[in-house]
Amino acid sequence: MSEIIDTDIAIIGGGPAGLAAALNASKRGARVAIIERDFELGGILQQCIHNGFGLTYFKEELTGPEYAQRFMDLLKETNVQIFLDSMVIDLSADKIITAMNPERGILKIHAKAVILAMGCRERTRGAINVPGMRPAGIYTAGTAQRLINMEGYMPGKRVVILGSGDIGLIMARRLVLEGAKVLVVAEVLPYCSGLVRNFVQCLQDYDIPLYLSHTITDIKGKERVKSVIISKVDENWMPIKGTEKVYECDTVLFSVGLIPENEISLKAGIKLDITNGPTVNEYLETTVPGIFACGNVLQVHDLVDWVTLEAERAGENAYAYSTNTSRGGKLLEPILTVPGENVGYIVPQRIDYLQDSKIVQFSFRPKSPDKNCIIEFVSNEKVFDKRKAKHIIPSEMLIYKIKLNPEEIGEKITINIKKNLKKSKEEA
Amino acid sequence: MEVEFKKPKQGDVPEIICTICPNSCKLQVFEDEQGEIQVEGAGCARGVEYGKEEYLDPKRMLITTIKIENGVLPVLPVRSQVAIPKEKIFDAIKVVNHVSAKAPVQMGDVIIPNLLELGISVIASRSMAAKNKE
Repeated sequence: MSEIIDTDIAIIGGGPAGLAAALNASKRGARVAIIERDFELGGILQQCIHNGFGLTYFKEELTGPEYAQRFMDLLKETNVQIFLDSMVIDLSADKIITAMNPERGILKIHAKAVILAMGCRERTRGAINVPGMRPAGIYTAGTAQRLINMEGYMPGKRVVILGSGDIGLIMARRLVLEGAKVLVVAEVLPYCSGLVRNFVQCLQDYDIPLYLSHTITDIKGKERVKSVIISKVDENWMPIKGTEKVYECDTVLFSVGLIPENEISLKAGIKLDITNGPTVNEYLETTVPGIFACGNVLQVHDLVDWVTLEAERAGENAYAYSTNTSRGGKLLEPILTVPGENVGYIVPQRIDYLQDSKIVQFSFRPKSPDKNCIIEFVSNEKVFDKRKAKHIIPSEMLIYKIKLNPEEIGEKITINIKKNLKKSKEEA
Repeated sequence: MEVEFKKPKQGDVPEIICTICPNSCKLQVFEDEQGEIQVEGAGCARGVEYGKEEYLDPKRMLITTIKIENGVLPVLPVRSQVAIPKEKIFDAIKVVNHVSAKAPVQMGDVIIPNLLELGISVIASRSMAAKNKE
């Protein structure tokens, strides 16, 4: 027999997104349950012990655990039900969650609305097809981060890092402080993918070289990593013969991107976008009515502050759904958002309601870095709004609140990032 | 594509990359004949300030972990209350490596009161419950 729990809003995942969504919905009067697979709340923040969190949301600089603890302390004042050590194994379109808990067995949670807040996981060596042997000593950067910062293990002594994302840069510094030697960080792109601040404070401060347009072309070692070969790549990321360099090391870290974790969403029949996150409408509602998504399970964020703000919206919208609050008439056909020039993806992917003018928040990422840009919002072949952006890079998400007027909006909304030619000429 | 990292040669004016905004201005900071600190290459006033601070007294947060006895985890994340001089980071790490805590610990608890006589404490970045309640 499985235990049946009845609630208004069930939230899958107790990381930064789940915490903020739970607080917001609970504040409005909903009965809320959080289902978390780890032994404590906080998610990935608990292993991100570095500072730099909260500058936007709290206007002060916190470490990851401190940022999480602020929300966990607020949660103690509420009657939100928390299921720890509970692994969700199924979600149905009629919003029944099945979870396993080592003490209580199988739990069935019946909810009026569900919020997906499962976060993301790291891309691995397999995902990018790095050739070579398969010895011990190969980790994703986040795994190494958990080993050092939470479990008290050192993954190795002489380390090569592939990928200049923020986790890779932060782990380079962390390894040096714990006594390891970081030989090099290699990045396949012609620019550093992490924040400048992390390049300066994690690599430059410790004399760790960053090789741009380079990648690992071989890993050697039978039991344990013995060496890696790093080669220069051309503009198509193809290794250039004759540029190989050998690095003797015992450990390789991969910091090569994150993927939203949506296996459970697929079980409910939710449609996913090219980002691997669910496609949502302007209420952050997936293709299954009453199931909402926020945080890194929806789109990979660069700042946790944006995760919190997005999750608060999901909490508010899920509460409104659970109380049958009207959104006005639904459009017969949704208005689709289309990534145009130099835009990788857009959230939301569709607008479902537009009877009167309203403000909709769009978040998206550029495909490549640029300077002095104009961001155009286009519908019916007319630019209905535009914004200037001085500096854009793929690692920084762009967020704009845009007023949509039903008279100006056709079947689609396209977003383009174009060069501001006038401004570029002036500077030249 | 050239390798981004270059070790400054002796006698060069070291280049400081401004981290205030994504523009990443490359700053040249030096002392002029009157002994005034000059910052060249900054796109804004905040960049000039940053350049002066990085030249005269660069500071960084100390962020690491220490051993903890009887905690639900074997290590506890700690940080300096405020940033400490950059060149003291490795000395600070040596001190911190010899310190351990005992659970339970509350976030903000002082772990080391006066780090390297700097008048700055090292504090716990999170609370940690005890594994076995006494």
